[in-house]
Amino acid sequence: MSPALIAALPFLGSLLPALLIRTGRSHAAISAGVISGLALLGLLLNAPAILRGEVITARFDWLPWLGLNANFMIDGLGLLFASLILGIGLLIILYARFYLSKDDPVGQFYTYLLLFQGAMVGIVLSDNILLLLIFWELTSLSSFLLIGYWKHLPEGRQGARMALTVTGLGGLSMIAGMLILGNIAGSYDISAILQSKEAIQASPYYLPALILILGGAFTKSAQFPFHFWLPHAMAAPTPVSAYLHSATMVKAGLFLMARLWPVLSGTPEWFYIVATTGLVTMLVGAKIAIFKDDLKALLAFSTVSHLGLITFLLGLGTEAGAVAAVFHIINHATFKAALFMSAGIVDHETHTRDIKRLGGLRHLMPVTFTIATVAALSMAGIPLLNGFLSKEMMLEEASHTLWAGNGWIVPALAAIAALFSATYSFRYIAHAFLGPVRDDYPHKPHDPGFGMWAAPAFLVVLVVAIGIMPMTFAGPILEAAANAVVGGGLHMHPVKLWHGFTPALWMSVFAVVGGLVVLGQHRRLEALWLATPRPEAKAVFDALVGACVRGATRFTSALHNGSMARYLLIFVLAALAAGIWAWTTGEQGPPTRAMLPITPVAAAAWVTLLVATGCVVAYHRNRLLALVLISIVGLIVSLSFVYLSAPDLALTQISVEVVTAVLMLLALNFLPKITQPETRLIKRRFDALVAVAGGLGTGLLIYALMVRDFAFPTMSEYHLANSYKLGGGTNVVNVILVDFRGYDTFGEVIVLGIAALVIFALTEALLTGASSRKLIAWRPDVARAGDKHPLMLLVATRVMMPIALMMAVFIFLRGHNLPGGGFIAGLVAAIALVMQYMASGFAWTQARQKVYYHVLIALGVLAAGITGIGALFNGLPFLTSDFGYFRIPPFEKFELATAMGFDLGVFLGVVGSVMLALGGLSRLARRAAVGDEGFHVVAEKPEAREMAGHVPREVGLAGAMLRRQRKDGSEEGI
Amino acid sequence: MEALVASAIGVMTAAGIYLILRLRTFPVVLGMAMLSYAVNVFLFATGRLAVNMPPILDHLGEATPGYTDPIPQALVLTAIVISFGMTAVVVMLSLGAFIEAGNDRIDLGDEESES
Repeated sequence: MSPALIAALPFLGSLLPALLIRTGRSHAAISAGVISGLALLGLLLNAPAILRGEVITARFDWLPWLGLNANFMIDGLGLLFASLILGIGLLIILYARFYLSKDDPVGQFYTYLLLFQGAMVGIVLSDNILLLLIFWELTSLSSFLLIGYWKHLPEGRQGARMALTVTGLGGLSMIAGMLILGNIAGSYDISAILQSKEAIQASPYYLPALILILGGAFTKSAQFPFHFWLPHAMAAPTPVSAYLHSATMVKAGLFLMARLWPVLSGTPEWFYIVATTGLVTMLVGAKIAIFKDDLKALLAFSTVSHLGLITFLLGLGTEAGAVAAVFHIINHATFKAALFMSAGIVDHETHTRDIKRLGGLRHLMPVTFTIATVAALSMAGIPLLNGFLSKEMMLEEASHTLWAGNGWIVPALAAIAALFSATYSFRYIAHAFLGPVRDDYPHKPHDPGFGMWAAPAFLVVLVVAIGIMPMTFAGPILEAAANAVVGGGLHMHPVKLWHGFTPALWMSVFAVVGGLVVLGQHRRLEALWLATPRPEAKAVFDALVGACVRGATRFTSALHNGSMARYLLIFVLAALAAGIWAWTTGEQGPPTRAMLPITPVAAAAWVTLLVATGCVVAYHRNRLLALVLISIVGLIVSLSFVYLSAPDLALTQISVEVVTAVLMLLALNFLPKITQPETRLIKRRFDALVAVAGGLGTGLLIYALMVRDFAFPTMSEYHLANSYKLGGGTNVVNVILVDFRGYDTFGEVIVLGIAALVIFALTEALLTGASSRKLIAWRPDVARAGDKHPLMLLVATRVMMPIALMMAVFIFLRGHNLPGGGFIAGLVAAIALVMQYMASGFAWTQARQKVYYHVLIALGVLAAGITGIGALFNGLPFLTSDFGYFRIPPFEKFELATAMGFDLGVFLGVVGSVMLALGGLSRLARRAAVGDEGFHVVAEKPEAREMAGHVPREVGLAGAMLRRQRKDGSEEGI
Repeated sequence: MEALVASAIGVMTAAGIYLILRLRTFPVVLGMAMLSYAVNVFLFATGRLAVNMPPILDHLGEATPGYTDPIPQALVLTAIVISFGMTAVVVMLSLGAFIEAGNDRIDLGDEESES
């Protein structure tokens, strides 16, 4: 089976258990088991080839320009780890089926477990460090879900957060390290990196990369001083602890060190950082484990210690060390998973894991006792069990390791760590299972059913089998994996039970005997332990996190205190600072363009604009006046567009001016007409200073731009040259909008439609509930005009309507070749409609309106979209336009372009959006004027005719006048 | 001419910035409208100024020199329409806030900045 498929299978199958849980826990478990089993089978089919020394690869380009490729490979190391992950995974699935209770969401458990399994398999089969990083982070995330599986337990949630924080931070550090490593090697493919040992170790970035990568590995593998998260993660259900925290996830860091061993190891830096950390972790973890009363905490710290042992062996940088490390990885996974499961059984049966409340279980749970004893003895390093072999190899390596020229410190510390290890292993047996039977267990214990002890029993069989005949049961895989770790060419000495009376043997004897002696003194030592103060990792961690959160909160609330004026000020100041920085550090050439002459008209317009702008600021408190003044600014802007060769812009700007003015007036209907001064004078002066600085900067910037030619050739040449040839139109701006940059325009029409719908939704919200009552009780704050619908205006708008619409059609049709187009035509049509609203009132107009504005927006987007899709049928990309020339006698030849359909969409979208936006405001005004008359959403619809009561049949001017007489007083203008 | 346009952009920007730093909704809306003008003209001016050279090709569609840069124009055209949409949303928001809260301050509860 392809390595990629092996890694993908657990992900693909992860939803199955969650779906099948409805048919029962067993089905969920079986589905998870089948998936793991299939992946394992696929892996093992490759095993013969890999054991012969081949490497199975599968390569997929993903983002090749980033060096991120989905490259997978299985070599000896990958085979070993993947078998552990999938094999122990299978056992855990079986065990969890019986361990978890009926009330637990078992489907979720298996889903999380499979996700985790897939991520782990992904790590060990990746042949690309970026891909590996992705899987690495996925294990952090999925283990978070698994540790916090019992969501109701605060310890579970806290433990999950702590694990995620520590391993997540480590992961970040590792990303940095990996990127450096990939840059040095020139490739992110592991197989390529492994070939560039000399380049990497000679690089000045070797040490930073090493430290950063080890940061990831040490946090994941719970090395001192990052070991504290592992015991807290024990709040997870025991199957999770057995799987993640003994056999798989915590080994990911070790895997990484083993994977990169050929290129990173062998330097003094590697030795002193890795071996020392490993040694210290081994010692510290073992010492703490002796004094833990919680069975799982004891096992957790023993795991920390054993991970330290393996790290130490990898850190030595010798071939024998690497072999011993790989061997201990196998052995530790077997006996520690069995131990965790036995602890889980004890917990499950007696309802406690407190070693002080246990004892004497030997008689009550003989099967569990046997399993736990064999596994614990293996952990202690007793001959004929696999733990003895690898521990012996470790002691052998330690016995001739020099640390800073000192030949006794490493062996001594290793022997003491082995002694501690023996102590807690014996304690696990003696204090939980031996001793007299008690009568105060929280629950009467007995052995569980076969399903629950089958998995640990199988592992214990392996423990014994490897212990007695190591080369038969573990030899081939050990050799293949170790060969991969050292980068090939390994000469492995066979693992043997008996090496003669070596120093390592004496150290083993010392450890076992010493372990028994220390256990005998446990009570006294424990009193001493409890009396000595020691840092509580969780308290330190919580304080650190708390400090970070407080700092972040303070920082955020200083910047983000809910005051929009402050955000805007910060924004302006930041933009100014960036501008000043660019201005002072950058350089600019001399002016290259001749300036255009200033004509008197232009000068007059300029003066008008400046005066109007100044007046807007000076008189902005008088809102109506400010509105008039700002319209002058808009008008001058439109005029300058005309003058400066932008007729399309001028048309657009002037139409937008009209609708904006109407919009603002509608809003002013409600808002106060006068702005009260809010700020102190000094604040106003400061704001003025900022504003002047901003204006000055902007002005200087655009001036600097305008007096220089383009630094690079622009795309405009292309557009000008091809507008007619390819787009079939002579108005280049319009062709750009509907053709060259049709995608942008399409998006913009959609955005405009969304804005209109937002306004509609806001209106709806205001028309219900408390704000609706406020609206009904609204009293206008200025006197109303005597005649709500002046006759002159009525007549004028009625007459104007067809003319304005005709104008819109004209502008629309000429748009492709002359100034005009969908945007402008849409605005003009909207103005024509708005005039009716203004003259005759909202309800009157609404009642005669035949289409929903929502529909117009939708039609617009659809029309533009369908026109675009049409191109696909001709095998052209989305939004490619086509055109042709037609002649219908007696007319002249004329052009039809598909771009017109697109422009029609723009037109409809603009009309719908503008009308929906203005309509929303008018409805508020109407509600305020008329009160609740049953006008709600219905008022937007043509059926509103019926709702509005009897509407005269007469049309035109006479009808309007009749209507006014009949309904005067109840219809309010907008 | 360039100096006039640049100074006009600068003045409109300054007015816009001053107005958006006010504490009532309506001046802020005005300020945003003013900034929209300034930004639109700014973008337009990045295509450099030209008089009597609209990007309307002659009847043959020949691209002889003598046309101004059409791209900023296309950009600004949509920007004008979109800024109307934005203004409309902001107006509606401020109106809603006013009707709900009974006043048109933009910084509710920010007592210290009020005199």
